[in-house]
Amino acid sequence: MNKVFSYADALIRKPFHYCPGCTHGTIHRLIAEVIDELGIRERVVGISPVGCSVFILDYLRCDMFQASHGRAPAVATGAKRCRPDLVVFTYQGDGDLAAIGTSEIVHAANRGERITVFFVNNAVYGMTGGQMAPTSVPGQRTTTTPHGRNTETDGYPVNMSEVLAALHTPAYIARVSMHAPKEIIAARHVVKKAFEHQLAGRCFSFVEFLSTCPTNWGMTPVESLRWLEKEMLPYFPLGEIKVPPADDKGGKTP
Amino acid sequence: MKGNEAIAEAAIRAGCLHFFGYPITPQSEIPEYLSRRLPELGGCYVQSESEVATSHMIYGAAGVGTKVMTSSSSPGISLMAEGISYLAGAELPVVIVNIMRAGPGLGGILPAQSDYAQTTRGMAHGDFRLIALAPASVQEAVDLTILAFDLAEKYRTPVILAGDGVIGQMMEPVVLPETTVGPPLKADDWALTGCVGRKPRKVSSMFLDPDELNAHNFKLKARFAEIARNETRFEAYACDEPLDLLVTSFGISARICRSAVDAARSEGLKVGLFRPITISPFPMDALREIIGRSQRVLDVEMNTGQMLHDVEMAAQGRCPIDFFGRCGGLIPSAEGILEQIRASLAQLPKGGVP
Repeated sequence: MNKVFSYADALIRKPFHYCPGCTHGTIHRLIAEVIDELGIRERVVGISPVGCSVFILDYLRCDMFQASHGRAPAVATGAKRCRPDLVVFTYQGDGDLAAIGTSEIVHAANRGERITVFFVNNAVYGMTGGQMAPTSVPGQRTTTTPHGRNTETDGYPVNMSEVLAALHTPAYIARVSMHAPKEIIAARHVVKKAFEHQLAGRCFSFVEFLSTCPTNWGMTPVESLRWLEKEMLPYFPLGEIKVPPADDKGGKTP
Repeated sequence: MKGNEAIAEAAIRAGCLHFFGYPITPQSEIPEYLSRRLPELGGCYVQSESEVATSHMIYGAAGVGTKVMTSSSSPGISLMAEGISYLAGAELPVVIVNIMRAGPGLGGILPAQSDYAQTTRGMAHGDFRLIALAPASVQEAVDLTILAFDLAEKYRTPVILAGDGVIGQMMEPVVLPETTVGPPLKADDWALTGCVGRKPRKVSSMFLDPDELNAHNFKLKARFAEIARNETRFEAYACDEPLDLLVTSFGISARICRSAVDAARSEGLKVGLFRPITISPFPMDALREIIGRSQRVLDVEMNTGQMLHDVEMAAQGRCPIDFFGRCGGLIPSAEGILEQIRASLAQLPKGGVP
């Protein structure tokens, strides 16, 4: 009989502890499957900073750093510059990457660090209990915006992919969504491309995943997928936002 | 060589080929020197976006098993506090140079010893202590830079080289080790190098289980106690005989004190000088022993009295302690200190102590 589905080798075999309907587990799996497909598990060093994202270090079967809130791109810079033969990625949430870590992500992207960044955007602070995130959408109720995000005082959601794409240096920037199987399959292709750019020695690749937080959104898992599609997509358009020019042959690969 | 450049070259001789840093006066010659030298040696120099980022870049660099250094000056070190706490928690060996200037706040760019308390009390949130070495000459800055890398590796801890603007900026002749580039870090048994043929590893300061974190912190404490037993360094100058006055001072101010002590001794005054080289761990026992045979102590610092608290702890109230400090970028003169020495001695009971 043909085996049609199995655990990714790069994934530790244990049940995810995430809340029902959270897409972290699915994103972990996509990354693990691509690591397997590219045969790079023993070259990978991942970096997981503060927030729910930190727990990826308990699920991936590769060397992992735990990092401070927002600083994963700096840690990745240190690791990759000293060991360019390693495949280095960060896995960051929206409070982490789009608020406290804006300086680190912008400058790592601008220096063209040869790292891959996975950015999980669920429009809310998850681990701290549902406060407004830089990516919360206008009108979104959170524990710190009880009357909804007010654009007069809180501004509009930060479009990190577009912000980074405005820089000259980064090679690859794409936004995907986890709200439907079709989108998840597309996301897997994008994760693979992002790693392939790093393997080819092209600088900085970045994937933004639109994700859910049923617990802090106060919705069922199904409701939150619908909410993501209806409320987040208008602010966060999907697709490849920046791709390397055709003549970018990449750098010297160790 | 200029102090900052001598520290930079000493780091290379110690085997450090990777540097991450952010410019700040009065230490910028260190990154400038290394930005020129490291790429030609096959290493890297990265100018970070901030000292916050720097402190995490060296976390990443050390975590993959690299001998790494950064340097900054007082306000920049404050920004590194976050990363220093993570480095301590994750037990990563790095060397951090602080060429101190006058504070608080923006303060000024002139030399000071304003960060003694910050440096010797852990430097950041959490519950830990670090090794801190205080050079009193450019030659000693070279020697202690090399020692800093050895101690960082041996004990898997960040080590602070606590210099000041004078050490960084002055020029003195130095003897460098003959080795042009020292050995790489030995980190085979813990670094993240890609899990080829072994179980995956983690570099982390996260312990969500309170029992584990309790055990971790006491493990770090036990290691610091071991460092205190094995690595405490000090200079006791002219302290062999019973003293009427013991001068205590560290770093560049101790260098000036030495001239004042020499002048006092040439007048027949019974004065000695105690200078901690490891300001952390502090040579408490050695100082206590010498204070035990001193009538009075004069503590001299380029701040408002920070090491003073350690000196008081060593004295345990057994003799009076005077303090003479200059800060804000002022440097005490040998004559000024000699005047204080005479003033302190004048406080002693007439006809000596029974």
